[in-house]
Parts: sequence; structure tokens; C-alpha cells
Amino acid sequence: MAERVAIVGCGQTKHDTKRDELSMHGLVREAATRALDDANMGWADIDAVVIGKAPDTFEGVMMPELFLADSLAAAGKPLIRVHTAGSVGGSTAMVAANLVKAGVHERVLTVAFEKQSESNAMWALAPVIPFAPPLVAGAGGYFAPYIRAYIQRSGAPDDIGIRVALKDTNNGLLNPYAHKQMKVTYEEVRDSIMLWDPVRFLETCPSSDGAAAMVMTSEAHASSGSAPPAWIHAMAWRSEPTMLAHQDKVNPRAGRDCAADVYAQAGISDPRREIDVAEVYVPFSWFEPKWIENLGFAPEGEGWKLTEDGATAIDGDIPWNPSGGVICSNPIGASGMLRFMEAAMQVRGQCGEHQIDGAGTALGHAYGGGSQFFAMWIVRNEKP
Amino acid sequence: MVDVAVVSFAQAPNVRRDYDRNEVEILSPVLIDVRNKVGLEKSDIDFVCSGSSDYLAGMPFSFVGGLDGYGAWPPISESHVEMDGAWALYEAWVKLLTGEIETALVYAFGKSSLADDITAVLTLQQDPYLVAPLWPDAVSLAALQARAVLDSTGHTAEEMAAVAVRDRANAKGNPNAQVSGDFSVEAIMAEPYVVSPLHKSDCPPISDGACAVILAAGDRARDLVEHPAWIRGIDHRVEPHQLGVRDLTVSESTRIAAEKASASGAFDVAELHAPFTHQSLILEDALDLGPDVTINPSGGALAANPIMVAGLTRIGEAAQRILDASAGRALAHATSGACLQQNMVCVLEGS
Repeated sequence: MAERVAIVGCGQTKHDTKRDELSMHGLVREAATRALDDANMGWADIDAVVIGKAPDTFEGVMMPELFLADSLAAAGKPLIRVHTAGSVGGSTAMVAANLVKAGVHERVLTVAFEKQSESNAMWALAPVIPFAPPLVAGAGGYFAPYIRAYIQRSGAPDDIGIRVALKDTNNGLLNPYAHKQMKVTYEEVRDSIMLWDPVRFLETCPSSDGAAAMVMTSEAHASSGSAPPAWIHAMAWRSEPTMLAHQDKVNPRAGRDCAADVYAQAGISDPRREIDVAEVYVPFSWFEPKWIENLGFAPEGEGWKLTEDGATAIDGDIPWNPSGGVICSNPIGASGMLRFMEAAMQVRGQCGEHQIDGAGTALGHAYGGGSQFFAMWIVRNEKP
Repeated sequence: MVDVAVVSFAQAPNVRRDYDRNEVEILSPVLIDVRNKVGLEKSDIDFVCSGSSDYLAGMPFSFVGGLDGYGAWPPISESHVEMDGAWALYEAWVKLLTGEIETALVYAFGKSSLADDITAVLTLQQDPYLVAPLWPDAVSLAALQARAVLDSTGHTAEEMAAVAVRDRANAKGNPNAQVSGDFSVEAIMAEPYVVSPLHKSDCPPISDGACAVILAAGDRARDLVEHPAWIRGIDHRVEPHQLGVRDLTVSESTRIAAEKASASGAFDVAELHAPFTHQSLILEDALDLGPDVTINPSGGALAANPIMVAGLTRIGEAAQRILDASAGRALAHATSGACLQQNMVCVLEGS
């Protein structure tokens, strides 16, 4: 009864610290028009619009989808706004895909964005909650202790984070849309300032303005795009509480459960061998080895070895984040959709210099909150 | 096509200001109540979806507190919309249609009393470049629409007042209502204006609240309750945001949504999410409701208006009348944004 879902249009902005020549309207339109052009469609071809972004405090606006209805030509159509923390870009893509999968709509436009230059995300993420200790100033301070716990638990060499940052930052040079465009050396990453021990400046994501957009269709419209479609083979999301005495914040169960769900749907038993390329939400470099284990690409405690051996490099056997990932571009609300979309672009053969030859199966991954919200999909170049 | 029904509805008492409880404490008993009514454990729920707004709580990620109140362990399949809970119900309905799940729990919460001035907070929904800098508050925007209605549709201020009289008289039978009683058109007309042409009784109360609904598919719904409230049609549409480019005196989006949801023919009851009296007149016109329909038996948003919740409450209240077999066919409506920018229509039937 469920319809097959194809991704036929992909578009994104040039991500940058400040796109101050654009309003929020202009930012979402830049991504959306590129996705429509890629899909060979116009605004009138779209049945429904699904918008995602992270907290509204990042821009100081309440429910901005209401005014973005005008810029996305949504008048007279259904409009949905998703917000599931950092995983929102992935969740938004899934909500849009479900509209097609359920047979409710044929052609859906989904857009995720963040215009972080409108405020200061670190302080927007540091609320003073009544009767709760003000423990954190931004995400880096929150996650650093869990990274330290991972290093202690796994016995990883302490330069793994440097190696991930080196790989992802240099991959960004192959992606013209990436925010960071800088060639870095091992020494430059190592010597960059320590922000939240053990996270250095060059091991952390930037704060970006940016948007991502996709056009998804039923099978009837699947050949309309300028490249072959990507087909969704699996989608899942999982959420767990913020704080629970017996939960594992280093290797969260919600992430493991979510991965097991998408692998089962896609018939994958050995992700390292059966997936050709992965775009995974790694905002701090040490999250690569953490998520390698959480996603089952290596046994627990051994994820860092894939990084050290170069397996996750763009020429490795399982490339992770050939686009440069979140380390290069982080418009928070869009970051998850960028992972999902880069996975789709890989199997569509649209990635240019960071294209993985012969990519047929790709994983898109997003996470959010205190490592508690997860969204993932598996896309292939063949029909399910 | 999967048949989807509302099988349970629960809500917190709507109050002007819940001094003793935060949002999670208001919500938590509702989440338990809605499951207990149909004897479902958390492990029986396949998907959870919620609606709320960070700007009511004045902090990022306020929905996470709601999820912590739900108790998402072991990890659950879950999503959230930064919209009225009615749209969370829509997302859950779509997921049920895919055939992947059999049950979904939908909830919404909002504590408007946290704001010093909720009508000013709602200004931040306006376009931040062209409109919000003028700082139009929510009541003034509604008054602009009301004035346009009075000037060009033939509806009168007395008709507006009669909406408040009707809704608040109906609310006398609703133990969760915040404002109820015997009002009169004359007395309302004599009230001073809040913003002309809106009297105090033309405006909704400021409310703290929460509600929850359980949806179930096909035989699962039949097993759970004797009279499932089947969703026979549901659709929602948005209008342009810039007030100058749409006709404020009609609700084109409601009309389209009603058409797509097959909301024609006779209804026993209709629950309309009209926070201001003139908006009920606009909606009744757009929906072409006949004289035999009982409108807002719960009292509607003029009896209690917990922002982010009141739309889902309309669907719950309409469904409840089918669940208890006092109605056979019901219409529910939800709105979002200033001057009815976005509207949803849901048709519920007992068979």
C-alpha cells in the first residue's frame, strides 16, 4: 500500500558565516529554486511544502514558516513546520517523504534552514531554566565530557579528533557550497586553540547561514529530474530522554535502535561493506569514531581505528562525509537535511569533485539534543 | 486506504494561570489519562507526535521537556511540529496511512501565562523585515480583520457578540472550560473596546493547557472502543502571510481544506477554532454550515484558548462526541497564525 518515494531535486545555498545580502526569504528561495530547477519543476508543480529548522530563538522569530509561506509559494497548499532539535533536517525530510509514501501527495518540496547570523547560537542554546543549574554554554561545553568519556573508554589515541578534522576540512575544498574553504595541515589543527577540552577550534563546526531543499515525488514523476532519482529504501527516527541515570550518553541506545531499524528495512547486515558512502552528523570531530560504533560500522571501542586507517577518507573503503560534513558547514536546522541530501546526491551521481565512484547505497544521518534525537535514511540508485 | 480513527481524548483543565505547575506537570497527567481511557501501555504506542512553541516557554527546545514527561525509554519513534497539536495529529495520520504503524499518541501543551504579554509575543510571528518592526499585537491584527468584516460582509457587531453568547453558554457544560456563563449581546455591546471593534468578550481568554489524542488504524481501533471516531477527511491549507495580499473577510484556505476533506453534507456538531468572534462568522461562511449544526458544544476557543493546544482540542472535542455516541458526524477545525492564516478541516464519522 505504501508508495515508493524518489528524490528528484536537490538544492542548497552557499553556506557562509553571514549571508547578509539575503533575508530569510532569500535564503530559503536560493535553495528551493535550485531544487526545483534540478527537478525540472516550477512552483506550481508542488503539492505541499514541509519546512524544518531548529529553535526559533536562533533568529528571534516565532514560527517563521508563517511568513516563509509567501517566499515558498505555499499559498493554497498544505504547509508543515517540523522541529526536532539538531536532527530536524533529517526529520523534516522524513515528514515530507511520508506524505508521498502515504499517497497523500505526489510532489513535495521540503526545505530546512538556519540563518544563525541573526543571533548567537551558543547563547540561544544556553537557556536559564528555573530551578535547574545553568550547566552549559552551547553545544561544545555540553558534549566535551562525553567525548572525554569516549576517549577513556575506547583507549583511542588522542589525535583521532585531529585526523577527522583534517579529513573533513580538506574534503570541504571539494564542495563549492561548503562554508569552510580552507586547506589545513595536521599541525594547524593540533595547534588551534582548545575551546572545550578536548575539542579544538578546528575540530568544531562553524556557525553558518544556509539552507537545503529537496523535491520528492511518487514513482510517476521519478524520472523528471536532471539526474536519475535517488530512491528511499529505509527511514527511521528514535528519541530518548535528556537525562536518565542508566542511559549511555557515549553510545546512545536511540542511535543504535534507529540504525538497526533502517538496516532491517534496507536489508543491510554489514553496514561497512554494504553501504558505499555515509553522510553523518559530526559537529565535533570526535563524533566520527563515536558514531562509527553507534552505527555499527565497527565494534564498540574500535571505531577510531577506521579513522586512523583512513577507511573513512574520501578514497577509503567507507567514505564518511566527503562533502566536508558539519565540520565544514553548520546551518543547524539544515545540517541534518544536508546529510540526507548529500547521501541522495551521491547515489544520483551529482557530487562533482566529492563524488564517490559507483555509489549505489548511501546513509544519511542526523542527531540532535543531548545525543538523544536520531533520524536516518538509506537511499539507493535502484528502486526498492 | 487505511482507516484511521480517534480512539481517546484527554485534556487538562484550562486555567488563566497555573501557578503551581510547569508545562510538563500540566501535561503529564493528560498523557497518562489518554492511555488509561483505552487501556494502552506506552509499549502499545507505535509513534508519538507533539505540537508546541518555544516562544511560549521563552527557551529553546521546550518540546524536549514534554518528551521527558512522556518518558521516552526505551527509545521511541517520535516527531514534533512547531505548530498547534492539530498538525501533529495530521503528521501522525499520514504515518498511519503508510501502514507502518497501528497506533499513535499525539499531544500538545502551551502555557501562555508565562509571557508578560502574550499578544506581544505573537507579534514575533510576523514578517521580521516588513511587519514585526511595526509591532502589531495579536488583538490589533484581529481587530483589523474584524473591521474589514463589518465594513464589507454585512455581518454586524451584534452577530459577533452573539457568537460569544453562544460559545460561553455552551461552555457551561464543559468542566474544562475557563470562561463560561450567561452573557448577553446587549451587555457585550456595552463593554469598552479592547481594540475597536473588538470588545473584551469578542476576544479569547489567555489560557494554560494541554491535551492528548490517541489514533488507531482499522481493527485496532475497533478493538479499543465501541464507537471509533473515524477520520473520513482531513486537509489543511495556508494563505499568504502579507495581510495586504489576501482578503481578510473570507477564509479561502478553510474553503479549500473543507473541499479536500469532503466536508459537505450534514454534521451534528462542528468545533471551530475561532479565537475571535468575527472569525467564527468567517469560518461558518467558508464551511457553509447549515442551521442544524451545533457549533462549539465545548465552548470553543472563546471558552479556553491554550495556544498550540486549542486546535487539537477541537478535534478531540469533536471526536469525543462520536466516541460517546452523542453525535454521528462531526467537523473539527484548527487554525494557526494571525487572522486565520492557516486552517485545517477534519471530518469525523461514527461509522
